[in-house]
Amino acid sequence: MIHLSIQKKLQGAEENMKLEAAFSVQEGEFIALRGKSGSGKTTLLRILAGLEDAQGEIIVENETWLSKVATLPPQKRCIGFVFQDYALFENMTIEQNLLFVQKDKALAAHLLELTELTALKERYPNALSGGQKQRVSIARALMKRPKILLLDEPLSALDPQMRNKLQNELLTLHKEFGTTTIMVSHDPSEIYKLASRVIELENGKIIHDGTPKEVLLKTQGSQKFSFEGEVLEIKKVDVIYVAIVAIGQQLVEVVVSTNEAKALKIGEIVRLSTKAFNPTISHSYT
Amino acid sequence: MIAALQNIEFTPFLISFKLAAITAFVLFCIALPLAWYLSQTRSKAKPFIEAVTALPIVLPPSVLGFYILWAFAPESALGAFFEDAFGVKLAFSFTGLVIASCFYSLPFMVQPLQSGFESLSKNMLEASYVAGKSKLVTLFQVALPNIKPSLLTAIIVTFAHTVGEFGVVLMVGGSIPGETKVASVAIYDMVEMMDYTAAHIYSAIMLIISFVVLLGVYIFNAKQTRRFGL
Repeated sequence: MIHLSIQKKLQGAEENMKLEAAFSVQEGEFIALRGKSGSGKTTLLRILAGLEDAQGEIIVENETWLSKVATLPPQKRCIGFVFQDYALFENMTIEQNLLFVQKDKALAAHLLELTELTALKERYPNALSGGQKQRVSIARALMKRPKILLLDEPLSALDPQMRNKLQNELLTLHKEFGTTTIMVSHDPSEIYKLASRVIELENGKIIHDGTPKEVLLKTQGSQKFSFEGEVLEIKKVDVIYVAIVAIGQQLVEVVVSTNEAKALKIGEIVRLSTKAFNPTISHSYT
Repeated sequence: MIAALQNIEFTPFLISFKLAAITAFVLFCIALPLAWYLSQTRSKAKPFIEAVTALPIVLPPSVLGFYILWAFAPESALGAFFEDAFGVKLAFSFTGLVIASCFYSLPFMVQPLQSGFESLSKNMLEASYVAGKSKLVTLFQVALPNIKPSLLTAIIVTFAHTVGEFGVVLMVGGSIPGETKVASVAIYDMVEMMDYTAAHIYSAIMLIISFVVLLGVYIFNAKQTRRFGL
Protein backbone atom coordinates (compact mmCIF):
# COMPACT_ATOMS: atom_id res chain seq x y z
CA MET A 1 0.00 0.00 0.00
CA ILE A 2 1.39 3.38 -1.02
CA HIS A 3 0.08 6.68 0.32
CA LEU A 4 1.21 9.83 -1.39
CA SER A 5 0.31 13.41 -0.72
CA ILE A 6 2.75 15.97 -2.06
CA GLN A 7 3.04 19.61 -3.00
CA LYS A 8 5.74 21.33 -4.98
CA LYS A 9 6.02 24.68 -6.72
CA LEU A 10 7.00 24.23 -10.35
CA GLN A 11 8.10 26.57 -13.05
CA GLY A 12 5.68 25.61 -15.79
CA ALA A 13 6.01 26.35 -19.47
CA GLU A 14 3.77 29.40 -19.27
CA GLU A 15 3.42 30.28 -15.64
CA ASN A 16 4.45 29.07 -12.24
CA MET A 17 2.20 26.32 -11.03
CA LYS A 18 1.83 24.13 -8.02
CA LEU A 19 1.94 20.36 -8.21
CA GLU A 20 -0.60 19.07 -5.72
CA ALA A 21 -1.36 15.39 -5.81
CA ALA A 22 -2.72 12.90 -3.31
CA PHE A 23 -3.62 9.28 -3.97
CA SER A 24 -3.19 5.76 -2.67
CA VAL A 25 -1.98 2.78 -4.62
CA GLN A 26 -2.78 -0.86 -3.91
CA GLU A 27 -0.02 -3.41 -4.11
CA GLY A 28 0.35 -4.82 -7.61
CA GLU A 29 -1.62 -2.07 -9.34
CA PHE A 30 -0.55 -0.87 -12.78
CA ILE A 31 -1.22 2.85 -12.99
CA ALA A 32 -0.95 4.97 -16.10
CA LEU A 33 -0.18 8.64 -15.59
CA ARG A 34 -1.29 10.90 -18.38
CA GLY A 35 -1.61 14.58 -19.07
CA LYS A 36 -0.25 17.28 -21.35
CA SER A 37 3.46 17.97 -21.33
CA GLY A 38 4.33 20.27 -18.46
CA SER A 39 1.47 18.99 -16.31
CA GLY A 40 3.84 17.54 -13.72
CA LYS A 41 3.88 13.82 -14.58
CA THR A 42 7.63 13.39 -14.73
CA THR A 43 8.13 15.54 -11.65
CA LEU A 44 5.68 13.34 -9.76
CA LEU A 45 7.70 10.23 -10.69
CA ARG A 46 10.97 11.92 -9.76
CA ILE A 47 9.58 12.95 -6.38
CA LEU A 48 8.48 9.35 -5.76
CA ALA A 49 12.00 8.20 -6.66
CA GLY A 50 13.59 10.79 -4.39
CA LEU A 51 15.38 12.50 -7.26
CA GLU A 52 13.57 15.74 -6.49
CA ASP A 53 12.40 17.14 -3.19
CA ALA A 54 8.89 18.21 -2.27
CA GLN A 55 6.65 18.98 0.67
CA GLY A 56 4.21 16.39 1.91
CA GLU A 57 4.25 12.73 2.68
CA ILE A 58 5.06 9.48 0.95
CA ILE A 59 4.51 6.25 2.85
CA VAL A 60 5.29 2.92 1.21
CA GLU A 61 4.37 -0.24 3.09
CA ASN A 62 4.70 1.46 6.50
CA GLU A 63 8.07 2.94 5.54
CA THR A 64 8.19 6.73 5.46
CA TRP A 65 9.96 7.95 2.32
CA LEU A 66 9.01 11.58 2.69
CA SER A 67 7.69 13.56 5.63
CA LYS A 68 8.13 16.95 7.25
CA VAL A 69 11.12 15.74 9.22
CA ALA A 70 12.98 13.48 6.85
CA THR A 71 13.54 12.55 3.23
CA LEU A 72 14.81 9.11 2.36
CA PRO A 73 17.51 9.37 -0.33
CA PRO A 74 16.89 7.54 -3.64
CA GLN A 75 19.54 4.98 -2.70
CA LYS A 76 17.43 3.77 0.24
CA ARG A 77 14.08 3.63 -1.56
CA CYS A 78 13.46 0.28 -3.13
CA ILE A 79 12.48 1.49 -6.60
CA GLY A 80 13.10 0.75 -10.25
CA PHE A 81 13.18 3.68 -12.65
CA VAL A 82 13.03 3.43 -16.43
CA PHE A 83 14.08 6.65 -18.14
CA GLN A 84 12.80 7.79 -21.51
CA ASP A 85 16.36 7.93 -22.86
CA TYR A 86 17.25 4.49 -21.37
CA ALA A 87 20.20 5.89 -19.30
CA LEU A 88 22.22 2.67 -19.57
CA PHE A 89 25.75 2.53 -18.19
CA GLU A 90 27.69 2.86 -21.45
CA ASN A 91 30.90 1.45 -19.99
CA MET A 92 29.33 -1.87 -19.01
CA THR A 93 28.02 -4.80 -21.03
CA ILE A 94 24.30 -5.59 -20.91
CA GLU A 95 24.84 -8.24 -18.26
CA GLN A 96 27.10 -5.95 -16.22
CA ASN A 97 24.41 -3.26 -16.37
CA LEU A 98 22.08 -5.65 -14.58
CA LEU A 99 24.66 -7.04 -12.16
CA PHE A 100 25.78 -3.54 -11.16
CA VAL A 101 22.38 -3.06 -9.53
CA GLN A 102 22.40 -6.39 -7.71
CA LYS A 103 24.92 -9.22 -7.79
CA ASP A 104 22.26 -11.82 -8.52
CA LYS A 105 23.35 -13.84 -11.55
CA ALA A 106 20.29 -16.11 -11.51
CA LEU A 107 17.84 -13.19 -11.55
CA ALA A 108 19.87 -11.43 -14.25
CA ALA A 109 19.83 -14.55 -16.42
CA HIS A 110 16.08 -14.94 -15.86
CA LEU A 111 15.33 -11.32 -16.76
CA LEU A 112 17.56 -11.47 -19.84
CA GLU A 113 15.68 -14.60 -20.89
CA LEU A 114 12.28 -12.94 -20.41
CA THR A 115 13.32 -9.90 -22.41
CA GLU A 116 15.01 -12.01 -25.12
CA LEU A 117 18.40 -10.42 -24.50
CA THR A 118 20.42 -13.50 -23.53
CA ALA A 119 22.23 -13.61 -26.88
CA LEU A 120 23.23 -9.95 -26.54
CA LYS A 121 24.42 -9.98 -22.94
CA GLU A 122 28.12 -9.52 -23.79
CA ARG A 123 27.43 -6.47 -25.96
CA TYR A 124 27.79 -2.83 -24.98
CA PRO A 125 24.73 -0.51 -25.05
CA ASN A 126 26.20 1.40 -27.99
CA ALA A 127 25.71 -1.68 -30.19
CA LEU A 128 21.98 -2.05 -29.45
CA SER A 129 18.86 -0.67 -31.12
CA GLY A 130 16.47 1.63 -29.25
CA GLY A 131 14.04 -1.19 -28.49
CA GLN A 132 16.81 -3.43 -27.19
CA LYS A 133 18.19 -0.64 -25.02
CA GLN A 134 14.80 -0.03 -23.48
CA ARG A 135 14.43 -3.75 -22.71
CA VAL A 136 17.78 -3.66 -20.93
CA SER A 137 16.63 -0.60 -19.02
CA ILE A 138 13.41 -2.33 -17.92
CA ALA A 139 15.27 -5.52 -16.95
CA ARG A 140 17.82 -3.46 -15.01
CA ALA A 141 15.05 -1.64 -13.12
CA LEU A 142 13.64 -5.00 -11.96
CA MET A 143 17.01 -6.31 -10.67
CA LYS A 144 16.38 -4.85 -7.21
CA ARG A 145 12.95 -6.49 -7.01
CA PRO A 146 11.58 -2.97 -6.41
CA LYS A 147 8.50 -2.13 -4.39
CA ILE A 148 7.51 0.32 -7.12
CA LEU A 149 8.50 0.36 -10.76
CA LEU A 150 8.42 3.85 -12.28
CA LEU A 151 8.41 4.21 -16.07
CA ASP A 152 8.77 7.65 -17.64
CA GLU A 153 7.33 7.42 -21.17
CA PRO A 154 9.38 4.28 -21.74
CA LEU A 155 8.08 3.44 -25.20
CA SER A 156 7.46 6.85 -26.74
CA ALA A 157 10.71 6.91 -28.74
CA LEU A 158 10.05 3.53 -30.40
CA ASP A 159 8.31 2.60 -33.63
CA PRO A 160 4.78 1.10 -33.43
CA GLN A 161 5.83 -2.55 -33.92
CA MET A 162 8.55 -2.37 -31.29
CA ARG A 163 6.17 -0.55 -29.00
CA ASN A 164 3.61 -3.32 -29.36
CA LYS A 165 6.21 -5.98 -28.62
CA LEU A 166 7.45 -4.17 -25.54
CA GLN A 167 3.92 -3.59 -24.27
CA ASN A 168 3.45 -7.35 -24.30
CA GLU A 169 6.77 -7.81 -22.51
CA LEU A 170 5.81 -5.28 -19.85
CA LEU A 171 2.56 -7.20 -19.36
CA THR A 172 4.44 -10.49 -18.99
CA LEU A 173 6.88 -8.95 -16.53
CA HIS A 174 4.06 -7.40 -14.51
CA LYS A 175 2.29 -10.75 -14.30
CA GLU A 176 5.48 -12.53 -13.27
CA PHE A 177 6.79 -10.02 -10.69
CA GLY A 178 3.52 -8.35 -9.64
CA THR A 179 5.45 -5.12 -9.08
CA THR A 180 3.37 -2.05 -8.33
CA THR A 181 3.90 0.05 -11.44
CA ILE A 182 3.37 3.68 -12.37
CA MET A 183 3.92 4.52 -16.02
CA VAL A 184 3.75 7.85 -17.79
CA SER A 185 2.09 7.32 -21.18
CA HIS A 186 0.19 9.29 -23.79
CA ASP A 187 -0.94 6.39 -25.93
CA PRO A 188 -4.57 5.42 -25.12
CA SER A 189 -4.25 1.92 -26.60
CA GLU A 190 -1.11 1.34 -24.56
CA ILE A 191 -2.85 2.51 -21.41
CA TYR A 192 -5.91 0.39 -22.12
CA LYS A 193 -3.77 -2.68 -22.70
CA LEU A 194 -1.52 -2.37 -19.67
CA ALA A 195 -3.05 -0.28 -16.94
CA SER A 196 -5.74 -1.09 -14.42
CA ARG A 197 -6.11 2.54 -13.43
CA VAL A 198 -5.51 5.91 -15.03
CA ILE A 199 -4.62 9.14 -13.28
CA GLU A 200 -4.79 12.27 -15.40
CA LEU A 201 -2.96 15.45 -14.43
CA GLU A 202 -3.61 18.96 -15.60
CA ASN A 203 -1.57 21.94 -14.38
CA GLY A 204 -0.31 19.91 -11.47
CA LYS A 205 -3.74 18.74 -10.25
CA ILE A 206 -5.41 15.37 -10.64
CA ILE A 207 -8.46 15.82 -12.86
CA HIS A 208 -9.36 12.16 -13.50
CA ASP A 209 -8.73 9.01 -11.51
CA GLY A 210 -10.49 5.86 -12.66
CA THR A 211 -10.37 2.76 -14.81
CA PRO A 212 -9.07 3.18 -18.38
CA LYS A 213 -12.63 2.65 -19.62
CA GLU A 214 -14.01 5.48 -17.51
CA VAL A 215 -11.25 7.91 -18.35
CA LEU A 216 -10.46 7.06 -21.96
CA LEU A 217 -13.67 6.03 -23.71
CA LYS A 218 -15.13 9.20 -25.13
CA THR A 219 -18.58 7.97 -26.16
CA GLN A 220 -21.54 9.38 -24.29
CA GLY A 221 -25.20 8.39 -24.24
CA SER A 222 -26.35 6.61 -27.37
CA GLN A 223 -23.23 7.37 -29.38
CA LYS A 224 -22.00 4.27 -31.17
CA PHE A 225 -18.48 5.55 -31.57
CA SER A 226 -16.69 8.78 -31.16
CA PHE A 227 -13.22 9.98 -32.16
CA GLU A 228 -11.19 13.05 -31.50
CA GLY A 229 -9.38 14.48 -34.46
CA GLU A 230 -7.78 17.58 -35.92
CA VAL A 231 -9.34 19.49 -38.81
CA LEU A 232 -6.73 19.67 -41.58
CA GLU A 233 -8.67 21.20 -44.42
CA ILE A 234 -12.17 22.34 -45.37
CA LYS A 235 -12.90 22.35 -49.07
CA LYS A 236 -15.94 23.08 -51.19
CA VAL A 237 -16.98 20.29 -53.56
CA ASP A 238 -19.78 21.46 -55.85
CA VAL A 239 -22.49 22.50 -53.43
CA ILE A 240 -21.28 20.75 -50.30
CA TYR A 241 -18.36 21.19 -47.95
CA VAL A 242 -15.95 18.40 -47.05
CA ALA A 243 -13.73 18.51 -43.98
CA ILE A 244 -10.55 16.44 -43.86
CA VAL A 245 -9.99 15.27 -40.29
CA ALA A 246 -6.91 13.47 -38.95
CA ILE A 247 -7.80 10.84 -36.36
CA GLY A 248 -4.66 9.28 -35.01
CA GLN A 249 -2.72 8.11 -38.06
CA GLN A 250 -5.84 8.05 -40.28
CA LEU A 251 -7.38 10.74 -42.45
CA VAL A 252 -11.15 10.81 -43.01
CA GLU A 253 -13.48 12.92 -45.10
CA VAL A 254 -16.64 14.23 -43.47
CA VAL A 255 -19.45 16.02 -45.25
CA VAL A 256 -20.41 19.19 -43.40
CA SER A 257 -23.12 21.79 -43.93
CA THR A 258 -22.35 25.35 -44.93
CA ASN A 259 -22.97 26.59 -41.39
CA GLU A 260 -20.79 23.87 -39.89
CA ALA A 261 -18.06 24.66 -42.38
CA LYS A 262 -18.10 28.29 -41.30
CA ALA A 263 -17.92 27.33 -37.62
CA LEU A 264 -14.91 25.03 -38.06
CA LYS A 265 -11.37 26.28 -37.98
CA ILE A 266 -8.37 24.57 -39.45
CA GLY A 267 -6.23 23.04 -36.72
CA GLU A 268 -9.22 22.77 -34.36
CA ILE A 269 -9.66 19.59 -32.32
CA VAL A 270 -13.10 18.16 -33.01
CA ARG A 271 -15.08 15.13 -31.94
CA LEU A 272 -16.49 12.91 -34.63
CA SER A 273 -19.32 10.61 -33.61
CA THR A 274 -22.26 8.78 -35.04
CA LYS A 275 -25.31 7.00 -33.67
CA ALA A 276 -27.39 6.15 -36.69
CA PHE A 277 -25.83 2.88 -37.69
CA ASN A 278 -23.76 0.03 -36.34
CA PRO A 279 -20.13 0.23 -37.34
CA THR A 280 -18.84 -2.93 -38.98
CA ILE A 281 -15.52 -4.38 -37.93
CA SER A 282 -13.35 -6.39 -40.28
CA HIS A 283 -9.72 -7.46 -40.64
CA SER A 284 -7.28 -4.92 -41.89
CA TYR A 285 -5.17 -6.00 -44.88
CA THR A 286 -2.77 -3.12 -45.17
CA MET B 1 77.43 16.07 -34.02
CA ILE B 2 77.85 12.65 -32.44
CA ALA B 3 80.26 14.13 -29.93
CA ALA B 4 77.68 16.80 -29.12
CA LEU B 5 74.99 14.13 -28.62
CA GLN B 6 77.28 12.12 -26.34
CA ASN B 7 77.95 15.17 -24.22
CA ILE B 8 74.29 15.91 -23.61
CA GLU B 9 73.39 16.21 -19.97
CA PHE B 10 69.96 14.60 -19.58
CA THR B 11 69.37 15.62 -15.96
CA PRO B 12 67.19 18.65 -16.83
CA PHE B 13 64.89 16.35 -18.84
CA LEU B 14 64.65 13.91 -15.97
CA ILE B 15 63.80 16.75 -13.57
CA SER B 16 61.17 18.05 -16.02
CA PHE B 17 59.50 14.65 -16.32
CA LYS B 18 59.75 13.91 -12.61
CA LEU B 19 58.15 17.28 -11.86
CA ALA B 20 55.42 16.76 -14.48
CA ALA B 21 54.60 13.23 -13.27
CA ILE B 22 54.35 14.24 -9.61
CA THR B 23 52.34 17.36 -10.50
CA ALA B 24 49.92 15.36 -12.66
CA PHE B 25 49.42 12.82 -9.88
CA VAL B 26 48.92 15.39 -7.11
CA LEU B 27 46.63 17.51 -9.30
CA PHE B 28 44.52 14.50 -10.29
CA CYS B 29 43.82 13.81 -6.60
CA ILE B 30 42.91 17.48 -5.99
CA ALA B 31 41.07 18.16 -9.24
CA LEU B 32 38.90 15.03 -9.31
CA PRO B 33 36.70 15.98 -6.33
CA LEU B 34 36.78 19.65 -7.37
CA ALA B 35 35.69 18.93 -10.97
CA TRP B 36 32.99 16.52 -9.77
CA TYR B 37 31.71 19.10 -7.31
CA LEU B 38 31.66 21.84 -9.96
CA SER B 39 29.83 19.62 -12.45
CA GLN B 40 27.12 18.64 -9.95
CA THR B 41 26.61 21.76 -7.86
CA ARG B 42 23.95 24.40 -8.32
CA SER B 43 25.61 26.60 -5.72
CA LYS B 44 25.94 30.33 -6.30
CA ALA B 45 29.63 30.02 -5.44
CA LYS B 46 30.26 28.01 -8.63
CA PRO B 47 31.23 30.91 -10.97
CA PHE B 48 33.51 32.27 -8.24
CA ILE B 49 35.33 28.94 -7.84
CA GLU B 50 35.49 28.50 -11.63
CA ALA B 51 37.03 31.96 -12.07
CA VAL B 52 39.68 31.28 -9.42
CA THR B 53 40.45 27.91 -11.01
CA ALA B 54 40.89 29.47 -14.45
CA LEU B 55 43.14 32.33 -13.25
CA PRO B 56 46.46 30.63 -14.08
CA ILE B 57 45.44 30.55 -17.76
CA VAL B 58 45.22 34.31 -18.08
CA LEU B 59 47.72 35.51 -15.46
CA PRO B 60 51.23 36.20 -16.73
CA PRO B 61 53.46 33.44 -15.28
CA SER B 62 55.61 36.15 -13.72
CA VAL B 63 52.65 37.39 -11.65
CA LEU B 64 51.84 33.87 -10.48
CA GLY B 65 55.53 33.20 -9.85
CA PHE B 66 55.94 36.43 -7.91
CA TYR B 67 53.00 35.72 -5.58
CA ILE B 68 54.10 32.13 -5.04
CA LEU B 69 57.66 33.23 -4.31
CA TRP B 70 56.34 35.83 -1.89
CA ALA B 71 54.21 33.20 -0.12
CA PHE B 72 57.10 30.71 -0.03
CA ALA B 73 59.62 33.13 1.44
CA PRO B 74 60.91 31.99 4.87
CA GLU B 75 59.56 35.25 6.36
CA SER B 76 56.01 34.54 5.18
CA ALA B 77 53.50 32.52 7.22
CA LEU B 78 53.37 29.62 4.73
CA GLY B 79 57.12 29.48 4.20
CA ALA B 80 57.75 29.61 7.95
CA PHE B 81 55.17 26.91 8.62
CA PHE B 82 56.73 24.48 6.13
CA GLU B 83 60.21 25.24 7.45
CA ASP B 84 59.17 24.68 11.09
CA ALA B 85 56.79 21.76 10.64
CA PHE B 86 58.52 19.71 7.95
CA GLY B 87 61.95 21.30 7.72
CA VAL B 88 61.24 21.96 4.05
CA LYS B 89 62.44 25.09 2.33
CA LEU B 90 59.87 26.00 -0.34
CA ALA B 91 61.54 28.74 -2.34
CA PHE B 92 64.21 27.50 -4.76
CA SER B 93 63.57 23.84 -3.99
CA PHE B 94 61.99 20.92 -5.85
CA THR B 95 59.10 20.69 -3.35
CA GLY B 96 58.32 24.35 -3.95
CA LEU B 97 58.45 23.70 -7.68
CA VAL B 98 55.85 20.93 -7.35
CA ILE B 99 53.49 23.18 -5.39
CA ALA B 100 53.95 26.06 -7.83
CA SER B 101 53.32 23.73 -10.79
CA CYS B 102 50.12 22.50 -9.14
CA PHE B 103 48.81 26.06 -9.08
CA TYR B 104 50.01 26.75 -12.59
CA SER B 105 48.50 23.61 -14.17
CA LEU B 106 45.31 23.38 -12.09
CA PRO B 107 42.91 24.55 -14.82
CA PHE B 108 44.38 22.08 -17.31
CA MET B 109 43.35 19.21 -15.02
CA VAL B 110 40.04 20.61 -13.73
CA GLN B 111 38.50 21.88 -16.96
CA PRO B 112 38.60 18.71 -19.12
CA LEU B 113 37.38 16.62 -16.18
CA GLN B 114 34.58 19.06 -15.41
CA SER B 115 33.36 19.29 -19.00
CA GLY B 116 33.59 15.49 -19.22
CA PHE B 117 31.40 15.09 -16.14
CA GLU B 118 28.98 17.73 -17.41
CA SER B 119 28.60 15.93 -20.73
CA LEU B 120 27.41 12.76 -18.97
CA SER B 121 23.71 12.01 -19.10
CA LYS B 122 22.18 13.18 -15.83
CA ASN B 123 19.80 10.26 -16.06
CA MET B 124 22.69 7.80 -16.15
CA LEU B 125 24.00 9.09 -12.82
CA GLU B 126 20.47 9.09 -11.40
CA ALA B 127 19.99 5.52 -12.58
CA SER B 128 22.99 4.63 -10.46
CA TYR B 129 21.58 6.42 -7.39
CA VAL B 130 18.23 4.70 -7.87
CA ALA B 131 20.12 1.39 -8.08
CA GLY B 132 21.27 2.14 -4.54
CA LYS B 133 24.80 3.25 -5.33
CA SER B 134 26.41 6.07 -3.34
CA LYS B 135 27.86 9.17 -4.97
CA LEU B 136 31.38 7.80 -4.47
CA VAL B 137 30.60 4.45 -6.13
CA THR B 138 28.81 6.32 -8.94
CA LEU B 139 31.82 8.59 -9.45
CA PHE B 140 34.33 5.75 -9.72
CA GLN B 141 32.27 3.06 -11.43
CA VAL B 142 29.92 5.04 -13.68
CA ALA B 143 31.13 8.62 -14.18
CA LEU B 144 34.91 8.13 -14.54
CA PRO B 145 34.84 5.10 -16.87
CA ASN B 146 32.48 7.01 -19.16
CA ILE B 147 34.75 10.02 -19.57
CA LYS B 148 37.97 8.17 -20.46
CA PRO B 149 38.88 10.60 -23.30
CA SER B 150 38.47 13.60 -20.97
CA LEU B 151 40.40 11.78 -18.25
CA LEU B 152 43.31 11.04 -20.57
CA THR B 153 43.24 14.56 -22.01
CA ALA B 154 43.33 16.05 -18.51
CA ILE B 155 46.29 13.94 -17.35
CA ILE B 156 48.34 14.23 -20.54
CA VAL B 157 47.74 17.94 -21.07
CA THR B 158 48.60 18.64 -17.41
CA PHE B 159 51.78 16.60 -17.81
CA ALA B 160 52.71 18.30 -21.08
CA HIS B 161 51.84 21.75 -19.79
CA THR B 162 54.04 21.24 -16.73
CA VAL B 163 56.94 20.06 -18.90
CA GLY B 164 56.42 23.17 -21.01
CA GLU B 165 56.24 25.73 -18.20
CA PHE B 166 59.01 28.25 -18.01
CA GLY B 167 58.22 31.53 -16.25
CA VAL B 168 56.95 30.12 -12.98
CA VAL B 169 59.71 27.51 -12.62
CA LEU B 170 62.37 30.08 -13.35
CA MET B 171 61.03 32.44 -10.68
CA VAL B 172 60.16 29.91 -8.00
CA GLY B 173 62.85 27.31 -8.65
CA GLY B 174 65.70 29.44 -9.86
CA SER B 175 68.05 27.43 -11.97
CA ILE B 176 69.85 25.14 -9.56
CA PRO B 177 71.49 22.34 -11.59
CA GLY B 178 70.30 18.87 -10.59
CA GLU B 179 67.60 20.29 -8.33
CA THR B 180 65.35 22.82 -10.06
CA LYS B 181 66.91 23.27 -13.47
CA VAL B 182 64.29 21.83 -15.81
CA ALA B 183 64.63 21.37 -19.56
CA SER B 184 62.91 24.61 -20.56
CA VAL B 185 65.12 26.65 -18.22
CA ALA B 186 68.20 24.75 -19.44
CA ILE B 187 67.41 25.77 -23.03
CA TYR B 188 67.11 29.39 -21.92
CA ASP B 189 70.52 29.16 -20.23
CA MET B 190 72.07 27.61 -23.35
CA VAL B 191 70.75 30.38 -25.58
CA GLU B 192 72.01 32.96 -23.10
CA MET B 193 75.47 31.37 -23.29
CA MET B 194 75.15 31.15 -27.08
CA ASP B 195 75.51 27.32 -27.01
CA TYR B 196 73.19 26.93 -30.02
CA THR B 197 74.07 23.29 -30.78
CA ALA B 198 72.90 22.12 -27.38
CA ALA B 199 69.87 24.43 -27.56
CA HIS B 200 68.96 22.90 -30.93
CA ILE B 201 69.22 19.35 -29.66
CA TYR B 202 67.25 20.11 -26.50
CA SER B 203 64.55 21.99 -28.39
CA ALA B 204 64.22 19.25 -31.00
CA ILE B 205 63.82 16.61 -28.28
CA MET B 206 61.11 18.71 -26.57
CA LEU B 207 59.33 19.25 -29.87
CA ILE B 208 59.29 15.57 -30.78
CA ILE B 209 58.17 14.39 -27.35
CA SER B 210 55.37 16.98 -27.20
CA PHE B 211 54.13 16.07 -30.66
CA VAL B 212 54.17 12.32 -30.02
CA VAL B 213 52.29 12.73 -26.74
CA LEU B 214 49.58 14.90 -28.30
CA LEU B 215 49.27 12.62 -31.31
CA GLY B 216 48.79 9.67 -28.95
CA VAL B 217 45.98 11.49 -27.13
CA TYR B 218 44.13 12.35 -30.32
CA ILE B 219 44.46 8.81 -31.71
CA PHE B 220 43.16 7.34 -28.45
CA ASN B 221 40.22 9.75 -28.34
CA ALA B 222 39.27 9.00 -31.94
CA LYS B 223 39.28 5.27 -31.16
CA GLN B 224 37.15 5.78 -28.06
CA THR B 225 34.63 7.84 -29.99
CA ARG B 226 34.28 5.08 -32.53
CA ARG B 227 33.94 2.36 -29.93
CA PHE B 228 31.56 3.92 -27.42
CA GLY B 229 30.05 6.77 -29.41
CA LEU B 230 31.11 9.06 -26.56
